[in-house]
Amino acid sequence: MGVVSGIPLSYELGTNWSRYSLATGNVIGPLIGYEVLTAFFLESTFLGIMLFGWTRVPPWLHVTSAILVALGTAISGFWILSANSWMQTPAGHTVINGVAIPVDWFQVIFNPSFPYRFAHMMTAAYLTTSVVVLAAGARYTLQGKFPEEARTMLRMGIGMVAILGPVQLLLGDQHGLNTLEHQPAKIAAMEGHWENTGPAALVLFGIPDQDGERNLAEIAIPRLGGLILKHDLNGRYAGLKDFPKQDRPPVLPVFFAFRIMVGIGALLIALGLTGAYLWKSGKLFTARWYLQAATYSWPIGFIAILAGWITTESGRQPYVAYGITRTENALSSVGVATVATSLVAFVLVYTVVFSIGIYYIRRLVLTGPKPAPVPEALPNRPLSLGAQE
Amino acid sequence: MTATYAFWLPLISTGVVGLAVAMYVIMDGFDLGVGILFPYFPEEIERDQMMNSVAPFWDGNETWLVLGGVWLLVAFPLAYSIITPALYVPLIAMLLALVFRGVAFEFRWVAKPHHRKWDIAFAAGSTVAAFAQGTMVGGILNGFHVENGQFAGGPLDWLSPFSIMCGFGLVVGYALIGACWLVMKTAGGVEKSARRYAKPLLIALVAFIVLISVWTPLQFERVAERWFSGWHMAYLSPVPLITAALAVSCWRGLNGRHPTMAFNAAVGLFVISFVGLAISTLPYLAPPSITLWDAAASPKSQTFMLVGTTVLVPFVLGYTFFVYHTFRGKVRPGEGYH
Repeated sequence: MGVVSGIPLSYELGTNWSRYSLATGNVIGPLIGYEVLTAFFLESTFLGIMLFGWTRVPPWLHVTSAILVALGTAISGFWILSANSWMQTPAGHTVINGVAIPVDWFQVIFNPSFPYRFAHMMTAAYLTTSVVVLAAGARYTLQGKFPEEARTMLRMGIGMVAILGPVQLLLGDQHGLNTLEHQPAKIAAMEGHWENTGPAALVLFGIPDQDGERNLAEIAIPRLGGLILKHDLNGRYAGLKDFPKQDRPPVLPVFFAFRIMVGIGALLIALGLTGAYLWKSGKLFTARWYLQAATYSWPIGFIAILAGWITTESGRQPYVAYGITRTENALSSVGVATVATSLVAFVLVYTVVFSIGIYYIRRLVLTGPKPAPVPEALPNRPLSLGAQE
Repeated sequence: MTATYAFWLPLISTGVVGLAVAMYVIMDGFDLGVGILFPYFPEEIERDQMMNSVAPFWDGNETWLVLGGVWLLVAFPLAYSIITPALYVPLIAMLLALVFRGVAFEFRWVAKPHHRKWDIAFAAGSTVAAFAQGTMVGGILNGFHVENGQFAGGPLDWLSPFSIMCGFGLVVGYALIGACWLVMKTAGGVEKSARRYAKPLLIALVAFIVLISVWTPLQFERVAERWFSGWHMAYLSPVPLITAALAVSCWRGLNGRHPTMAFNAAVGLFVISFVGLAISTLPYLAPPSITLWDAAASPKSQTFMLVGTTVLVPFVLGYTFFVYHTFRGKVRPGEGYH
C-alpha cells in the first residue's frame, strides 16, 4: 500500500501544483530525485529478495536484503523531510523572477528546520510501530495465546515507548523553539496566542475565532507559555495580531491538531512509563487493566502523526514555500471540476484499498505468528501466512 | 564555455529523461503485459504462475517511472508544469490504475479463495495504465496550447483519434512483450498459450507501428519535415530497416526454440519505436513551442542531479541485475518463489 500510494506524488506535483513546480522545481526537484536514486530503487528492488528469496539466497543475504529495505526507508525519510523542511524554512537559494534558484546545496539540504523535523518524524515512526507491537502483545496475553511471542512483543514495545516517548517530548520542545525562530506565526497559531502584551500565558483550551481575533471559552495558565517557549517566566513572543491578517495561518485546525498531537504524546509517555513500572514490579503479565488499555491504543501513533502534519502544513499557510510562493499562486490552471473529480476518485480508491488492507492486516494479527514452516510448505506471499487458517 | 555548457547540458538531461522512460517502458512493459494477458488464461493455476513470474520484479520496474517523472521536473520544470496539467485526465487514470494493480500483487494471495476481484483489478489496472500511457504519447505529439508559460487548453485536449490509436498500440505492444516474457520465463501450458498469442500480437504491433509512421507525418508538418526533407530520409533509413529486422527476428524466435531472442527483439522494437518518436518530436519537449532549451532548469540543479545519477545508476543497474539473476529460470505450474 505504501509503495503504490507513493508513485502519484511524483506526478501530482505537476498535475495539481504546476506553478509551484515551476517556482521551486530547481530546488525541490533534485531532493526528490536523490530520494528516488538512493532510496526508492534500494527499497523496491531488495523487497523482491526479502519477500521471495527465502530459498534462493543464503540466510545472511536474506537478512542483508531486509536491512537494505529498512535502510532505504530511512534514507527516503531523510530526503523527503529535507524537501518538506525547505518548504518550511527555505535556505541556500536566491529568488529570480519568482523562481527559486539553488546557490548552496548543503544549506538547501540541511536547512534550519530539517534536523529537528527529521529527528521528530523518525522517532514518531518508531513510536507508532512500537505501540502497534505493544498492543498486539497485550491482546495475545489477554487471550492467553502465543505466551512466548506475546511476552517478547510486550517487552520490546514497552521498552521502546518508555524510552522514545520522553525523547520525543524533548525533540518536540526543541522543534517548537526552532519554529518560533523561523515561523513565528505558526507558533502563535499553535498556541492560540493573539496579543503580545505581557508575559505569555499558556492556553490549555479555547476555540480560536479567526475573525474576532480572540479565543472563545479560553482556559489559560498565566506565564506558562513564556516558560515553555522562552524558558523564562517573563517570556514574551509574537502574537497573531503582530502579523497582517492575510499572512496568518488558519488558527482553528492548527490549534486543535497541535493539541491532539501533544495529548497523544502525553498518553504515550504514560503508557510507556506505566508499563515499565509494572514490568519492573513483576505485575506486567497479570495487570489486565493495563493490557486492556494497551490493546486499544494501537491507532494512536498514526493519529498523532496525522495531527502533527496537519499542524505543520496548515501552520505554514498562506505559503506553500514559506516566504516564496503563496498557496493561491501555486496551483495548476486546471479547472475546478477536473480537480474535484480526481480528488473524489483518489479518496474513493484510497478508502477502498486502505480499508481492505487494514482488514487483511487485522486478520493477520488476529491469526498470530506461526512456527517457521518447512520450505516446501511456505505460501507464495508472506502476507498470506495469516490467511491460511 | 558557459554558452556551450548551457547548450549541451539540457541535451544530456534529455538523454537521461529518455533513458529513464525507455527503461520504464521496457521493464514495466512486460509486467503490465502479463496483466493485460490475464483474461486469456482462465485457469487459476496459470494465473498464479504468471503472477509469480513477475512478482519479485514489478516494484523495482515501476520505480523507473518515478525516476523519469522526477528527472523531467528537475531538468525541465517548465515542460513538466505544462505537460502534466495538459495530460491531467490520462495521468490520474494511470496513477489510479497502477494503485489497483499494485495492491493486487499482495491482496490476491491473501484473499484466496475469494481472489477473483483482485484478478480483475490486476488485469483492468494493467490495461488501463497501458492505454493511458499510450494516449499520453499521442497527446504529446499532438502538442499543447500554451500561454504565458502555462498550459491554457481544456481538460480533454489530449483526446483525439490519433491518441486513442496510440493507446491501443501501446496495449498491444505491452501484451506482446508480456507474452514473450511468459514464453521465456514459464513452463507448461502458460508457455504454450503465450507462444500462440504472441504471433498475432506481433503482427498487430507491426501494423500499429506502420500506421503511426504514416499518420504522424501526414498530420504534423514538423514531423514530415524531419523525416523527408533533403537527405534526412537517407540518414534516417536505418530506423525502418532495423524495425523490420527486429520484427523478423522476433517472429523467428517465437517459431524456434529461442524465447530469449524473441523477448529481446520485442524489447528492441520498443527501443526503436522510442527512438523514432524522439526523432519526430525533438528538440520540442512540449510541442509545438517549448524546446528543451526553453524548458531547462538552472545548470546548478541539472549538474547536481546529473552527478548523483552518474554515480548511483550503475549501482541500481547492478543490484537490479542481481535480483533478475537470483530469480533466473522458468516458473513451473504450481511453483512459487519460496
